[in-house]
Amino acid sequence: MLAEFLQYLFTGITIGATYALIALGFTLIYNASHVINFAQGEFLMIGGMATVSLTAMGVPMVLAIVLAIILAGILGIALQRFAIAPAKQADVVTLIIITIGASIFIRGIAQVVWGKEYHVMQNFSSDEPIRVFGAVLNSQSLWVLGVGAVVVVALVLFFTKTLTGKAILATSMNKEAARLVGVRTQMVLMLAFLVSALLGSVAGIVVAPITFTSYDIGIILGLKGFVAAAIGGLGSGVGAVVGGLALGIVEAMAAGYISSDYKDAVAFSMILLVLFFMPRGLFGPKVVERV
Amino acid sequence: MLNRFMQSRLRGLVFLALILVIIPAFLSNSFQYGMVTQIAILAATVVGLNLLVGFAGQISLGHAGFFGLGAYFTGIATGTYGWPSVPALLVGAIMVGIIAWVVGRPILRLKGHYLSMATLAVGFIIAIILNNERALTGGPDGMPVPAFEVFGWELSSFARYSLFGLEIEGFEAWYIFASVILLVAVWFALNLIESPIGRALRSVHGSEVAASVVGVNTAKYKSLVFVISAIYASLMGSLYAHFLGFITPAVASFEFSILFITMVVLGGMGSTFGVILGAAVLTLLPQVLADFQELETVMFGLILMLTMIFMPKGLLPTLTAIVSKRMRKKAGGEA
Repeated sequence: MLAEFLQYLFTGITIGATYALIALGFTLIYNASHVINFAQGEFLMIGGMATVSLTAMGVPMVLAIVLAIILAGILGIALQRFAIAPAKQADVVTLIIITIGASIFIRGIAQVVWGKEYHVMQNFSSDEPIRVFGAVLNSQSLWVLGVGAVVVVALVLFFTKTLTGKAILATSMNKEAARLVGVRTQMVLMLAFLVSALLGSVAGIVVAPITFTSYDIGIILGLKGFVAAAIGGLGSGVGAVVGGLALGIVEAMAAGYISSDYKDAVAFSMILLVLFFMPRGLFGPKVVERV
Repeated sequence: MLNRFMQSRLRGLVFLALILVIIPAFLSNSFQYGMVTQIAILAATVVGLNLLVGFAGQISLGHAGFFGLGAYFTGIATGTYGWPSVPALLVGAIMVGIIAWVVGRPILRLKGHYLSMATLAVGFIIAIILNNERALTGGPDGMPVPAFEVFGWELSSFARYSLFGLEIEGFEAWYIFASVILLVAVWFALNLIESPIGRALRSVHGSEVAASVVGVNTAKYKSLVFVISAIYASLMGSLYAHFLGFITPAVASFEFSILFITMVVLGGMGSTFGVILGAAVLTLLPQVLADFQELETVMFGLILMLTMIFMPKGLLPTLTAIVSKRMRKKAGGEA
């Protein structure tokens, strides 16, 4: 009984931590530009796939990971400069369609370069599972949680201690005012996409040994990240982390105790339920609309 | 003034009818006929979706859910239970309308991205149910759907008919049928837009607060148009199922929902004829790009991105703006 429960909990927290990282990426870009970036999932895919193919070419794992993250970062900047920035006058829906176009484009390139098959990535450390009260914990789960925690702490420090971080926060609060006090808002937008891409690729890399990776893995992971961000309340960092973990745990429990066929249905019902009672998510800012 | 409005509305409809009459001159085989028939059905669907997105300003990322429900209701009612096509289509539409009303009331209170998220979730849940209730839907493998029939008269792409002494192939008959349906769908939409309901909807799009201040019951109109667009989707889903003769849960998938909303935005939100163009372009584009083989997806994404970046208002509104600017310049030059 306990073993079973723990097993589902471990699975849920692991995948939930990944969702949290993706949701943080959404939150960052949303705060800086009010764009929902439907290409967010592709950063995960690029991170995982590039690491796999680089290690296959004989590049040491650590170097492969660094290169993959850099590649995703370049992609993030390119997305902002060449797709989002030129369309700044566009409607919200139009921007959504642009990011969807970008994600189809990136996926198409990945399919040409890496093919359609699934790729396996080695665990970072031992393949030996860890046993806790009868539940089996994949050692990679610890990596996911550890890296997730480090990233969250780093983000908090970045936003509270560095001038650049504060500039991003200022821009998200009031773009015009930020520009008046000398923040280069275009630069900030680019930074938001860069950091978001880095976050996504890190998530994609740490989770790849557990879920495997393929050219189209970004679609569903990106969507789950969006669900997590909406549960937590768009624009809230705490919300993204809580939403991600909650979504992962609920999904794992639903798969274990109800039916794995319906685990996604449970996740999507959860978002409807949350929005029904809290139209701005759990931690969404209470915005008073100006008329 | 009213007279002129009527005329302009009719002019568009007559123009569309003319195009639909001319198109067969460029078609030579059943595959091409199938393609345009499909476009007509999908176009009628997005004409309905456009009422919600383009006029009321509410985003739905789950409309394929309603389309899929219509398709599967028809498939199950006519295939498994032997219902005639028309009652199946109508009962399906009523059922979908009720579902849309029930889920629409709470989720239409949501704004912006939360509304997209909620509609996306509704669509996903429908797709998951269709995928998993194998006994009813055949699961991921899909299910066959009988031909469309009225009083024992069957409409099948593979049959032959004689109409007023004219020999018509089945696929031609389907094209004619789908064209008429599209014209009716457009006619209804245009009338709705010019009705008091349509004005109320546009006021919601402009500013919901202002609309409610001057006494527009915004919640009522938003649910109403949500239900109407869902019924459009359900009816067209039913016809689509009959036309294809075989359906899989892909008709209710997230990808399909995205395709619908993309047709609306690419063609031109709020432009009834624009979204028809969007439906045609997005259905034909993969065919044109098939020559690029493995680069097909890359090209598709690139074209979609570039079009939206450089024509954020959509294809038809941008093109008409360019044309009328040229005309005005010309007129100014002569004067």
